[in-house]
Amino acid sequence: MMFWGKVLAIVRKDTISELRTKEVVASVLVFTILMIVIFNFACSANYELVKSMAPGILWATFTFAGVLSLNRAFIAEKEQGCLEGLMVCPISRDVIYVGKMVTSLLFMLIIEMVTLPIFTLLFNVNVISLQLIAIVILATVGFVAVGTLFSAIAINTRARELVLPILFLPVVVPVVISAVKASGLAIAGEPWSQLYSWLLILLSFDVIFITLSYLIFNHVIEE
Amino acid sequence: MNRKRNTVRNIFLGISSILMILTLYMIFLYVPVEKEMGIVQKIFYLMVPMGWLALLSFLIVFIGSILYLINKDSKWDVLAHSSASIGILFTALALLIGAIWAKPVWGVWWTWEARLTATLVLFMLYVAYFMVRSFTADEARGATFAAVIGIVGFIDIPIIALATTLWRGMHPGGIIFAGGLAPSMLLTLITSLIAFTFFYSLLLMQQISLKNNENRLKKLQQYLN
Amino acid sequence: MASRESSSSNWAVEIQGLTKSFGPRTALRGIDLRITAGNSVAIFGPNGAGKTTLIKILATILKPSSGKIRLGGRDIQKNTEEIRRLVGVITHQTFLYSNLTAYENLDFYSRMFDVPHRRERIHEVLNIVGIPSRIHDRVGTLSRGTQQRISIARLLLSKPRIILLDEPETGLDQQATALLWNALRLEGEEQYTIIHTTHNLARGFETCDRMLILARGEIVFDRERSSMDLTDLTQAYQHFIEVTS
Repeated sequence: MMFWGKVLAIVRKDTISELRTKEVVASVLVFTILMIVIFNFACSANYELVKSMAPGILWATFTFAGVLSLNRAFIAEKEQGCLEGLMVCPISRDVIYVGKMVTSLLFMLIIEMVTLPIFTLLFNVNVISLQLIAIVILATVGFVAVGTLFSAIAINTRARELVLPILFLPVVVPVVISAVKASGLAIAGEPWSQLYSWLLILLSFDVIFITLSYLIFNHVIEE
Repeated sequence: MNRKRNTVRNIFLGISSILMILTLYMIFLYVPVEKEMGIVQKIFYLMVPMGWLALLSFLIVFIGSILYLINKDSKWDVLAHSSASIGILFTALALLIGAIWAKPVWGVWWTWEARLTATLVLFMLYVAYFMVRSFTADEARGATFAAVIGIVGFIDIPIIALATTLWRGMHPGGIIFAGGLAPSMLLTLITSLIAFTFFYSLLLMQQISLKNNENRLKKLQQYLN
Repeated sequence: MASRESSSSNWAVEIQGLTKSFGPRTALRGIDLRITAGNSVAIFGPNGAGKTTLIKILATILKPSSGKIRLGGRDIQKNTEEIRRLVGVITHQTFLYSNLTAYENLDFYSRMFDVPHRRERIHEVLNIVGIPSRIHDRVGTLSRGTQQRISIARLLLSKPRIILLDEPETGLDQQATALLWNALRLEGEEQYTIIHTTHNLARGFETCDRMLILARGEIVFDRERSSMDLTDLTQAYQHFIEVTS
């Protein structure tokens, strides 16, 4: 209870800050809509082409949106030495990791849940279903599990905006592949049993990398 | 101490040289030409060891990274870093040889075949390992960050392999081992694998001693300043 | 509180053979130091002497490479979270989130420190540092001086017993520094142990009971303040800086 109370305090603080600045959710949402519009030009508004490319477009958009929002995850902590302020609080380093991860997960899910209906509307391909929501949640947990770890690394490097995608993208390749494949099947109206192996890969990725990041996060923020 | 190390290295140099010559003999003179693919199939005896070393190097990076994070002893970072610099070379060679193989077999230089795709991702992981190190101002922190990539990347490899395989709708072992391998081919492959593994060990020893000397110089420099 | 003191020795800080290296670079080479509870210790030294590293290790931000440290009788490696409750830190950075208000910042930190009666305590410390108004303004919009006061309020919030100040005068202006020392005195029904680093000899001399000089990661000088005056200190400082550079 103590643990989750502190985690919630971090999430609460980040949310208040976000409501005030709108640096992540609102800005990244604008970006995702622009991405969708640009992809529409890339497909020359050809309906058949769009339909076959829909899962790819959706996940390319979400992956880049993930990179953008994760890039901002530790910026507030780096200003005025706040990360050190957190490190002298009587909490284990895991609380910081889980707190930052839950915040990113919350922000990303809001962005994605708003993007799905817009995508449906603009492309005339229905991407709203229970299956797709399950895929989005599983894949996003995977994104933020490694993304939070890498964001804490990238913030300490030169050219951090560039470093995060270089670290993040190769590692999340299995998530992207699985999410695209599973979304394709879901859009085609296949039953859950067809999605099973992809969802299983997503789930194992989540479990493995939450555990692993949880174990090594303290090494990233300590010298 | 140094002399002892040199002796070990010379022994490894000798063994790898002999094994390399033996491998060449077996590939070009001993093993028969494959029926369907012809002479092109001989690339296989080079391609498999490259892929193996790409993975073996990352395994050593992984082990070195874990030990470095646990006890922060820079000798483990030296091990991981050295293995990574050899590994990235072999991964690049694996991709290159893969492309040379792909051209006659599939008619294109590059195909998103599962294993090739996974190797490409592995290459990107190696790039990330070096990138994060060179973009971190503080050397010790760079080593820590690289170790994190070494661990996360290695754990990711089986998942990447699984995802790319399912993605192409293939099953591992499909093309190369279809119909099994003739005993003489298997023997040649194993010899080649052993030869290249010795070669890798030799390079690793060389690289580690180079890095150690570099660090000793840096320490001296710091002391003099 | 009385039982806490009797259960352990009278040392607030005990350091034995502390070393810290960052890869090939060694920042601290074998520090041995004991500080009596209630003492105020000034640590002088040029840039790169290892002052900040020492403070960060005591604040549990950095881990020592080797050596033993006990704060208030507790082992820093084993009872880390307890020690964090015991210790308060001020550096040249405020540790405040500029998009949150002063109140929200203090509320956040009091949640992290499990401060009982949060509201009352926050108003109490804000009164001590003298910012009853503007507590609902975003910290980023406040003047540097006000931010420094809020940072002092943050320090006081959890009632730490051991105060670590890393070059406070580079972060705090003169007024805020005076306020800090006053506030520590105001709250001090119990005695604070204060360790502060500085390269301002005069300022450090004024506020300490004991003086240390750190050079190249070693303590090269350790004297009670009562045994000397500022000119002696200045001479000693210059001597050691010249010898070691």
